[in-house]
Amino acid sequence: MGGEIAFRRYAEGQHAKDLLRLITCGSVDDGKSTLIGRLLLDTGSLPEDVVRAAARDSERWGTNGDQLDVALLVDGLQSEREQGITIDVAHRYFDTARRKFILADTPGHEQYTRNMATAASTATAAVLLLDASRGLRPQTLRHACIARLMGVRQFIVAVNKMDLVGHDPAVYAQIVATTREALARLPSHEAHFVPLVARSGDNVVGRSAALDWYTGPTLLGLLETLDSSEPEAPELRLPVQYVARPNEHFRGYAGTISGGQLQVGDKVVALPAGVRSQVVSIDTAQGPRQQAAVGEAVMITLADQLDLGRGQVLAHLAAPPNVGTRFEAEVVWMAPQPLVAGDGLEFKFAHRYVAGSAARVVHRVDVADLGAHPAMTLGLNDVGRCEFVLAEPIAFDSYDEHRATGSFAIIDRVTHQTLGAGLVRSASRGRLIAAPEQVTRPQRAAQKHQRPAVVWLNGLSGSGKSTIGAALDRALFERGHHSYLLDGDGLRQGLNRDLGFSPPERRENLRRAAEAARLLADAGLIVIAAFISPLQSDRDAVRAIVGAELLVDVHVDAPLAECERRDPKGHYRRVRAGTLREFTGIDAPYEPPQSPDLRLDTLQLDLAAAVDRLLAYLEADGCLATA
Amino acid sequence: MSLEQVVTSTAAFAYMPTSVEIVPLRDHATTSGLAMPRSLRALETEAIHVFREVAAEFERPVLLYSIGKDSSVLLHLACKAFAPAPLPFPLLHIESGWDFREMIEFRDRTARDQGLDLRVHYNAAARVAGVTPFSHGAAYADLVLTTALKQGLDRWGFDAAFGGGRRDEEKARAKERILSFRDAQHRWDPRNQRPELWRHYNGRIARGQKLRAFPLSNWTEADIWTYIHLENIPLVPLYFAKPRPVVRRDGALIMVDDERLPLHAGEQPRLERVRFRTLGCYPLTAATPSAATTVPEVIAELLASKESERSGRLVDSDQVASMERKKAEGYF
Repeated sequence: MGGEIAFRRYAEGQHAKDLLRLITCGSVDDGKSTLIGRLLLDTGSLPEDVVRAAARDSERWGTNGDQLDVALLVDGLQSEREQGITIDVAHRYFDTARRKFILADTPGHEQYTRNMATAASTATAAVLLLDASRGLRPQTLRHACIARLMGVRQFIVAVNKMDLVGHDPAVYAQIVATTREALARLPSHEAHFVPLVARSGDNVVGRSAALDWYTGPTLLGLLETLDSSEPEAPELRLPVQYVARPNEHFRGYAGTISGGQLQVGDKVVALPAGVRSQVVSIDTAQGPRQQAAVGEAVMITLADQLDLGRGQVLAHLAAPPNVGTRFEAEVVWMAPQPLVAGDGLEFKFAHRYVAGSAARVVHRVDVADLGAHPAMTLGLNDVGRCEFVLAEPIAFDSYDEHRATGSFAIIDRVTHQTLGAGLVRSASRGRLIAAPEQVTRPQRAAQKHQRPAVVWLNGLSGSGKSTIGAALDRALFERGHHSYLLDGDGLRQGLNRDLGFSPPERRENLRRAAEAARLLADAGLIVIAAFISPLQSDRDAVRAIVGAELLVDVHVDAPLAECERRDPKGHYRRVRAGTLREFTGIDAPYEPPQSPDLRLDTLQLDLAAAVDRLLAYLEADGCLATA
Repeated sequence: MSLEQVVTSTAAFAYMPTSVEIVPLRDHATTSGLAMPRSLRALETEAIHVFREVAAEFERPVLLYSIGKDSSVLLHLACKAFAPAPLPFPLLHIESGWDFREMIEFRDRTARDQGLDLRVHYNAAARVAGVTPFSHGAAYADLVLTTALKQGLDRWGFDAAFGGGRRDEEKARAKERILSFRDAQHRWDPRNQRPELWRHYNGRIARGQKLRAFPLSNWTEADIWTYIHLENIPLVPLYFAKPRPVVRRDGALIMVDDERLPLHAGEQPRLERVRFRTLGCYPLTAATPSAATTVPEVIAELLASKESERSGRLVDSDQVASMERKKAEGYF
């Protein structure tokens, strides 16, 4: 029966404990693994067989004479031991009478942003480790900067290896002063300092005789008193994560509440869809409830039969998130290839993948002095601010107010690797719209008895794009539809008058054309656009701006020889005469689309047949509904 | 089809008894009067979040069910994540052929009582070839566990598998992400892991790539036991002490679960009061002398214990960094 009593004491103790998620960071060789090994060993968190194994390993790999090398308690991978480095984030678990700790140990070498961002995105405190004999190093300051950017506000500066400076209080005081000054540039944060010797354990868990001039708490003492609460937003946010439909009578929306609270009977709006309903039931891991709050995983049902998908965010009518396609965000870039404006990217917001791109790089932050510098691109390990544009509207918040709906991952569309982390700072001016009162695209379309679309005709000069586009426009008009033809030549005489024909200017020409098409489609029109769009990356960029759901990608296909024979504008003649250069298909590349929505072979089809094919496609796509 | 040949059976062996007594757990959850600690509730929410995210993004997920305590918690959380809807994916058990008999009984009973879609797979070629823990040493684990797991996942085309792995179990696991990507050969590359930013798990994979997901990554052994107690989760009775026939071999207590265990000269099975801290293939799983017959008593013993959980698994200690090597080859 002794077991029952021991358990009861344990269970009651557990109940009083909270959970602190922290990261440790520091430069290579500052003794991080040693510190963590010491922390685990001295809190009694390691089983004896693990310590025995480390003792065996100490004889082979150890760097602490015949003493136990406590770093070997935590360096886990064979390849790490062989190279004497730490490869990836390791998670450690220990607890004291007061609290449980999840410690993410981040390595200090070249891929540090990837690991730092991974660890810091869920942490509430950071231990910055310094070597007393070397003082604050730039790498450590970078770590602090990234941790603060990711939202960590509490720092413990552990001044290690005090034995190497003769336990000298003057050296410590100097390091505290310079570090305090360096950290002062970080916005609102608190920093605590402790001198210690990780190798022998002085001031880690137990106090130190050699450092008796220091009267503050030990490292563990500090860890036990930090604020463990995660930032909690008062406004309701429930991103829909999973839709359960076991039968036709039940449609449950599951997700984790990331802000505020929810009650049965609450009126809610789902964004960006913009539809409203009322909460009928709330299920939690502990069974049905009348209300649930931030941090809880719930499954709710609504009063109306809606078809909400993943990524819709449920909020109260009075405090909705922003809805839009443009925003500025702080970016931590983790990929070897740079972030370049205009490159097609994929974004993962709360449970939703959206295509898009950076419209521009606003600036790059020099993490040494935290100054903002003008930049065109962001490289590996860079931190900076960008303006982004998405193919479809999403619901989002600023990161400072709502972490879950104010952050996103940036993903490579081809390799699917995670390229960067984003933190929303603001919606771009003029697009910050709360959707519920806005006239929506479906409403406009219903008024016009059609579904808007952007028919993007691409192909070589002379392939027949403009002719087919004009004929389609006429045919739609005669059937009573609302359409508009955007022509490359027309745009170049007005909106794009300032642009020439260099590759970047051609890209900008297309970007503006796509934005214009998007606006017209938003107004409910069926837009017909005739542009050469020579490269797959051009067409991808168009798709990112217009949105896959609106775009009809049409390849107007004719052999180059036939286009040159037609030569309606005399371009090919001038190219051959040498008066026109960098002409698509001749001395500038043309990549035919591999899988267009529709291919029109203008050698086979006459004009009327080509238009009929387009009309049939639009009809089948539901664009020409008349009801 | 030789080595890669696959066959299924849930009632495979003649030695398997038709009934095993299942000891009902004593219910302390209601009498203890304890609500769930905040930290445990946070872990519960995190696990449910991972289940929902992977189930929403992958076409053919599966829950790897190994019948042990972590699997029992995993299954319990999976059911919670989708309730009141039924579990939207099947369970897969990789049968080594040397599982404790009580495990198989418990597995089939659990599937039947809860109406679960249970798939069972074993490496048939290895069985035909007579691969045993005694005859094939280290190759045994590779053939009946790693190879069979890869076969089983490929057989039904599962693209995501939930596992009960915890980071506190072992140093290689401590380095693994919650969503762990594997190549077409199911291999893990610790140097090329995706960042996990907030909870925006990047679930995009290329054709042929696979995912292992670990919803219990941040749980400790004590968390598992406390949760089992508070939620009253049924377990295989092997976790509780009772007189069982054992032999002492190389310092470990091995249970004589059936007549296939070759007895060394002078070995005589003796009844000892033991329980198991982890479960696996019975000839490779060491028992612990114990008097704990309830979950609280097990937790009390656990708190007093000075040895790690995996120290009872002979299969993990065959070489330095063996877990890292096995994971790189496709093991969980």
